[in-house]
Amino acid sequence: MGLWTNLFAGLCGLFRKRQAEQELEDELRDFLEKSAAEKMRAGMTREEAHRAARLEMGGIEAVKENVRSASWETHLESLWSDLRFGARLLRFNPVFAGAAILSLALGIGANTAIFQLLDAVRLRTLPVKNPQEIARISIDNRHGASGDFTSRYSDLTYPMWVEIHAQQQAFSNLFAWSPTQFNIAPSGEVHNVQGLWVSGEFFQTLGLEPILGRFLNSTDDTPGCATGGAAISYSFWQHQYGGDRSVIGRALTLNRRPFEIVGVTPADFYGVEVGRYFDVAVPLCTEAAIMGEDSQMKSRSGWWLASMGRLKPGWTIERASVQLQAISPALFEDTLPTDYNPDNTKHFLSFKLGAFSADSGVSDLRKDYEQPLWLLLALAALVLLIASANLANLMLARASAREKEMGLRMAVGASRGRLIRQLLAESLLLAAIGAVLGALLAHNLSQLLVASLSTPHDPLFVELGTDWRVFGFTAGLAVLTCVFFGLAPAVRATSVAPGVVLKEGSRGTTEGHGRFGLRRILVVSQIALSLTLLVGALLFARSLAKLTSVETGFRQTGILVTDIDFSSLKLSNERRISFGHELLSRIRAIPGVDNAATAETVPLSGNEEFHDILPGISDPPTEQNPASAFNHVSPGFFETLQTPLLAGRDFNDHDVAGSPLVAIVNESWARKILKTSNPVGVMFRVRRLSKISGPFEIVGLVKDTKYGDLREEPLEIVYLALQQDPHANQDSQILIHSSLPLPELTSAVKEAADSAHSGLDVSFLSFRTMIENGLMRDRLMAKLSGFFGVLAVLLAVIGLYGVISYMVARRRNEIGIRMSLGADRRSIIALVLRESLWLLSIGLTLGIAFSLAASRAAASLLFGLKPHDVATLVMATAILAVIALAASYIPAIRASQLDPMDALRNE
Amino acid sequence: MTVTSATLVQGTLDMLILKTLALEPLHGWGISQRIQQLSHGVFEVNPGSLFPAFRRLERAGLIECEWQTSENNRRAKYYSLTKAGRQKLRSETKEWERQAAAIARILQTAS
Repeated sequence: MGLWTNLFAGLCGLFRKRQAEQELEDELRDFLEKSAAEKMRAGMTREEAHRAARLEMGGIEAVKENVRSASWETHLESLWSDLRFGARLLRFNPVFAGAAILSLALGIGANTAIFQLLDAVRLRTLPVKNPQEIARISIDNRHGASGDFTSRYSDLTYPMWVEIHAQQQAFSNLFAWSPTQFNIAPSGEVHNVQGLWVSGEFFQTLGLEPILGRFLNSTDDTPGCATGGAAISYSFWQHQYGGDRSVIGRALTLNRRPFEIVGVTPADFYGVEVGRYFDVAVPLCTEAAIMGEDSQMKSRSGWWLASMGRLKPGWTIERASVQLQAISPALFEDTLPTDYNPDNTKHFLSFKLGAFSADSGVSDLRKDYEQPLWLLLALAALVLLIASANLANLMLARASAREKEMGLRMAVGASRGRLIRQLLAESLLLAAIGAVLGALLAHNLSQLLVASLSTPHDPLFVELGTDWRVFGFTAGLAVLTCVFFGLAPAVRATSVAPGVVLKEGSRGTTEGHGRFGLRRILVVSQIALSLTLLVGALLFARSLAKLTSVETGFRQTGILVTDIDFSSLKLSNERRISFGHELLSRIRAIPGVDNAATAETVPLSGNEEFHDILPGISDPPTEQNPASAFNHVSPGFFETLQTPLLAGRDFNDHDVAGSPLVAIVNESWARKILKTSNPVGVMFRVRRLSKISGPFEIVGLVKDTKYGDLREEPLEIVYLALQQDPHANQDSQILIHSSLPLPELTSAVKEAADSAHSGLDVSFLSFRTMIENGLMRDRLMAKLSGFFGVLAVLLAVIGLYGVISYMVARRRNEIGIRMSLGADRRSIIALVLRESLWLLSIGLTLGIAFSLAASRAAASLLFGLKPHDVATLVMATAILAVIALAASYIPAIRASQLDPMDALRNE
Repeated sequence: MTVTSATLVQGTLDMLILKTLALEPLHGWGISQRIQQLSHGVFEVNPGSLFPAFRRLERAGLIECEWQTSENNRRAKYYSLTKAGRQKLRSETKEWERQAAAIARILQTAS
């Protein structure tokens, strides 16, 4: 009750200030009158009595002030007037205010943007009911699993999922899902959208309600279904159907098959995968019909599903794991792939299922970007620190200019706390404006970041809301910076003895070392921090440069990767090979195409294929058979990519089904597997799971090339003849080298494909673009750390310039005397530069130590560089030293051009 | 020896004011005089602490005030206890007596 009365009375006090003041005045006057009357009764004269009464009271204004400070609204009022005073001061110094607000907004904006991404990718929970009850069901350590891995989350095979669903006890509901892409064009050019295969209980488990129509349920997901209902996402509904409510029941073509739209998901539901989104979700059972021959539904070695469940009340993740482990031995026994060799089998039977917390969903984006984001956040925080140090320096300079004012105010009775509060209000105002602008900036920055990581083939979606965490983070930053750059100068400014400050004019006083020391410390730490940022920026830039110039073993430019999908023709294996051959011939015949070749695995595309190699023609398999990367290529592959053939021959048109099996290997293969430099003529066999094929005769040797990733060490790669492949794909990936302009080339290729068979799905991607997309993270790190590095150096140099100029101004007198005593210009310049060199060398030394300690955090993100790379460190130090000395040269020159008489007179 | 309000134990002044007002509503001067009289001149209350205490107690809802015409026909602000103030006085008094007794016991055993 007391609180409310107080609040209410305080508010009344604020609004009826005049009246309250008048009443207080009246009351005190009344008291005085009565006190005086009493004294007169005791025999004093009227004057004496009044005087005594007033003396007793000790000043009516002081009492009033005491009464006022007993109520909270007074503090509010004084804060308000402090803020208004602060705002007025800032208006008088627009340059100072502008620079301060801009640097704070940049610093806070960058920090908030990166934090916002981290929040969205790492910290936020799934937008579903009670996300903490959701767990992911997968194999604890799937290392050594064999088979086909076709999804981003290849946790399980379909037979495993069926068994888990039947045997588990920990979950009230559970589902399996797999991300995919669907072509929604009824005919003609491919239009891919993001799709999900979901088992029947997907929506039920997540506890979602459709905003329109109904959701898929267990009756939609019946094994063997040919087609089914489709649930579409809110955003797909909006941009594809304009939010039309009559969309329910309409037909939607997915991979040339009709589906019926049954429901629309809530607006904030993007799926269970953070960083991605989905457009259409269809029942899991339709995979068999949609994928046809490539379906993995029946396959025991096809890994393509992930599973999640909602824990029953009272069940914990640990308890669920124990139960899943208990059913594991029998489950893996029952789902053992039939085509495994003894080695694979041993691994498979030792697997254990487990439950893992999934309240924030799953995300491969998180795996790739969590560490870089934390690192970037640290870099951005350093930039903000440097910006704050700059501000602190500016505030200190202003504080010393206001020393007299402070002294005067303290002399007439202002309390020190009151003055500090007033000075802090100014800083608070700056920090608050900076934070608001920063928050606005952050929203655009984080969107820009996400957009820069997204490609048309791999679109990302990050829900970038501003939640309480982001808000708290930004507000916290503002307060921290305010305290950091405002408090020390405020304390410093008010720690003056009024008498001393008022007495001393500028004449004759020498610069006290203590007061100036804080500014030196600030500049030294700025230099140290900015060196660290510069080292980071250079490390990432050099790492990216090394990655882009790394020897891949093939040419990257001028090559178009074309994918022609002819799965709709449903051809037999021989017909696929001949049709693929026909496509390639037609494309080679296009005028302007100088080379073209087909490859089942396009290098650096992310697809990989590994099998065991059995040496000789009859040796039995052992446990130590080496593994090798595989590719099936057409004749001309090496020529198209300009990979040098070192020995033997390329494949030719006589290497077809029925003729002796041939292979080409790379140098690493020959060296590591055969331990020879001339492998031509050697025979070997291949073991795919339990199936052994061959023997193959090595007919050629090529130079090492990259296979799956630019960062990898040279791998052993064996190339087999595409025409001899017993499992040819239903599409052709053709690498075309041509000097034709891109639009002309693509339309010519489309025509060629059409002439082979009309209506085939054709898609294009530049080889170079594909490789560059693989370097997105490195590019992001290089760009952002470079930006932060430049910003940091700029701020630190401004800080140094400020301090040196200040020093010159303070020492005008001394410099004047030195000059009139005969010091020449050069010795004056040396005097000033000595000061900055001193600051610089301390700062750089500290910065080198700090960089060595901090750069270890970047180790795993670097390529071809050690984090404590000496060349980088030297380069960064030199750059910073040169820029800093150049900046302090300006005030040095100005000092040397002082007119000694002027300097002495004009103290 | 007189004790000025500045040296009074923290919170004691509030209790004394409440006690003074328990009898009848009074104005500021009256309260200060009453405290002085009742303590036989030991406590001398300075307006500099008295008026802030009024504001504090008023805000806490322990006393309320009203402008009335005083004896010599002047307008004066009269303070009176609220229900909460009366309760507070009772509990404070009890607490004070308990503490004073305890202190007295300690002082007796020590001597």
